[in-house]
Amino acid sequence: MLPLLQYPSQAVAKPYFITAIGLFVGQILFGLIMGLQYVIGDFMFPAIPFNIARMVHTNLLIVWLLFGFMGAAYYLVPEESETELHSPLLAYLMFWIFLIAGALTIAGYLLVPYATLAEMTGNNLLQTMGREFLEQPLPTKVGIVVVALAFVYNIGMTILKGRKTAISMILLAGLIGLAVLFLFAFYNPSNLATDKYFWWWVVHLWVEGVWELIMAAILAFVLIKITGVDREVIEKWLYVIITLALVTGIIGTGHHYYWIGAPAYWQWWGGVFSALEPLPFFAMTVFCFNMVNRRRRQHPNKAATLWALGTGVMAFLGAGVWGFLHTLAPVNYYTHGSQITAAHGHLAFYGAYVMVVLTIISYAMPILRGRECNPERAQVLEMWSFWLMTVSMVFITLFLTGAGILQVWLQRVIDNPQPFMAVQDQVRIFYWLRELAGLVFLIGLVLYLVSFFVKDKPQTVAVNDVQPAAT
Amino acid sequence: MSAFFTKSRARNIFYGGVVFSALLFLALTFHTIRKMPQRDHRENLTAEVVRGKHLWETRNCVGCHTILGEGAYFAPELGNVYKRRGPDFIKAWIKVQPTGVAGRRQMPQFHFSEQQLDDIVAFLKWTSEINTENWPPNIEG
Ligand code: HEM
Ligand code: HEM
Ligand SMILES: [Fe+2]
Repeated sequence: MLPLLQYPSQAVAKPYFITAIGLFVGQILFGLIMGLQYVIGDFMFPAIPFNIARMVHTNLLIVWLLFGFMGAAYYLVPEESETELHSPLLAYLMFWIFLIAGALTIAGYLLVPYATLAEMTGNNLLQTMGREFLEQPLPTKVGIVVVALAFVYNIGMTILKGRKTAISMILLAGLIGLAVLFLFAFYNPSNLATDKYFWWWVVHLWVEGVWELIMAAILAFVLIKITGVDREVIEKWLYVIITLALVTGIIGTGHHYYWIGAPAYWQWWGGVFSALEPLPFFAMTVFCFNMVNRRRRQHPNKAATLWALGTGVMAFLGAGVWGFLHTLAPVNYYTHGSQITAAHGHLAFYGAYVMVVLTIISYAMPILRGRECNPERAQVLEMWSFWLMTVSMVFITLFLTGAGILQVWLQRVIDNPQPFMAVQDQVRIFYWLRELAGLVFLIGLVLYLVSFFVKDKPQTVAVNDVQPAAT
Repeated sequence: MSAFFTKSRARNIFYGGVVFSALLFLALTFHTIRKMPQRDHRENLTAEVVRGKHLWETRNCVGCHTILGEGAYFAPELGNVYKRRGPDFIKAWIKVQPTGVAGRRQMPQFHFSEQQLDDIVAFLKWTSEINTENWPPNIEG
């Protein structure tokens, strides 16, 4: 039935990808709600206070990216290992557990006061809630661990019984790192300073550590498929990239230790190492373009190629350039926790992890649906959505950066610094523009959804095209 | 270059680099953990402060505010609010929320008891005394 799928068990990736996209839509809707609350402060209050919308926005982001990573692994590991997935049943089961746990969590945020939710879900047994990005109730956190372990087991067993490639081993290493580092989410000392110190072991060591391994592996897989470049070359690149990522990223964690009560020497350790963190992202950019330029075949999925190249460029801009901008201690002293941080957070997450997941979906989804690539018209629409989302995210970033520079200036630099709220009033125009760009992003996302349902024009068009040649 | 720089050599550099970085990071962490007590003054971590942090977390304050620069950017920095406003203002402020001013950003009403308000204040006071290398740059946060 699916002649293109090399291993039927790869099909488990499909529900993961579909769910990822669905949650992505939810994430953006809540982003737009918050964007409006930034300028119309009482919008939807008290039904959806800002903090609730924010939890939904960021948690949906993380969860849909995890769905995307898992889908990617289920799709590419059988093909890399040249064997069926160890247990498709387990993969389906975990899909439902993760989806239900995720849905219940979001419903809990929206329907129950957070303090009540904490009480209901055993937060008093082990206090883990109420920290940024780690707001999930205890049962959800345990659920995440269970799903991650079952998933790593399933992928690990598949790799063990089959061919071991650099791509699958690096992906597995990244996934194990992801699961292991999440365990620090359960450590929450009552000392805020040490709490923060280890909180970053989840947040920073994820996005500037192990997730980069996952990202590089997914990119490498797609590039091999669409360019036909020799695996040896690609895998050597892969090792260079992940070496740079971890050697700079691990000690680079120190760029979060400047002002939270840790010793001052972190301003040097964190500054120097994190200033080198753009290198792996730059290497990925060069890698993508190099491979596409050296391609040995013209893959008909042009949209996937565009996403892959886009990931290379945007990850470097968002993580590399916007990260470097505020990573040195003397700069970070002024920009820490401002709209500059939000600007960087958006472009980095989008350019690196959103785009790499959309890359693998773009490549794999047509095959999962029984064709090598989507019809021409669908691809054109998908490429429109690429440009709309990417360009509007660049504008969101620029507007937030504008807001941030003014905020820092008025609140932290000038001689008569002004209070936070007074400054917010003066930068409203940037927040309005951000919301506008957000709406364009939403339009791009809707086009993206539509592109899945677009078919080619009826046959007659093709016949008409041929006629001139006959005359 | 490619004859010398083989894939297996690249892999070995990766292993070596990661092990070295992780060990160095752990060593720095170990040293940091030993130095932190002098900087965070944990001898002042009273039961009140501990309860205050619990309230801070279960009300998801960090969903709108930053604390020592981390959190959300919707509402003012609270790491130094104890120094900016003082205990009485903080308690009075929390009690009268939401302001209900049309179009203004709103903070929810948490129905805290007097004891809970004291706990929150104790937590914010303790936080404001952490040695943050003089961050934030000024009292406005
Ligand atoms: C794809 C990779 C990356 C992602 C997804 C990412 C995302 C984020 C996010 C979401 C935050 C805000 C965290 C919070 O809420 O407190 C943040 C903070 C930060 N990031 Fe990144 N980042 C990435 C890479 C980098 C790189 C490569 C650098 C440095 C070159 C960097 C430098 C920073 C700094 C200095 C902060 C702290 C900002 C502050 O003091 O407020 N990031 N990042
Ligand atoms: C329509 C588009 C979007 C809008 C209007 C929007 C709006 C917002 C707002 C208002 C915040 C809260 C900032 C604060 O704490 O004060 C936020 C946080 C965040 N959003 Fe979005 N967002 C959008 C799309 C996205 C996308 C596509 C991503 C992922 C790539 C994303 C990732 C994040 C992250 C990581 C944070 C936390 C940032 C940090 O802690 O520094 N958002 N967003
Ligand atoms: Fe970081």
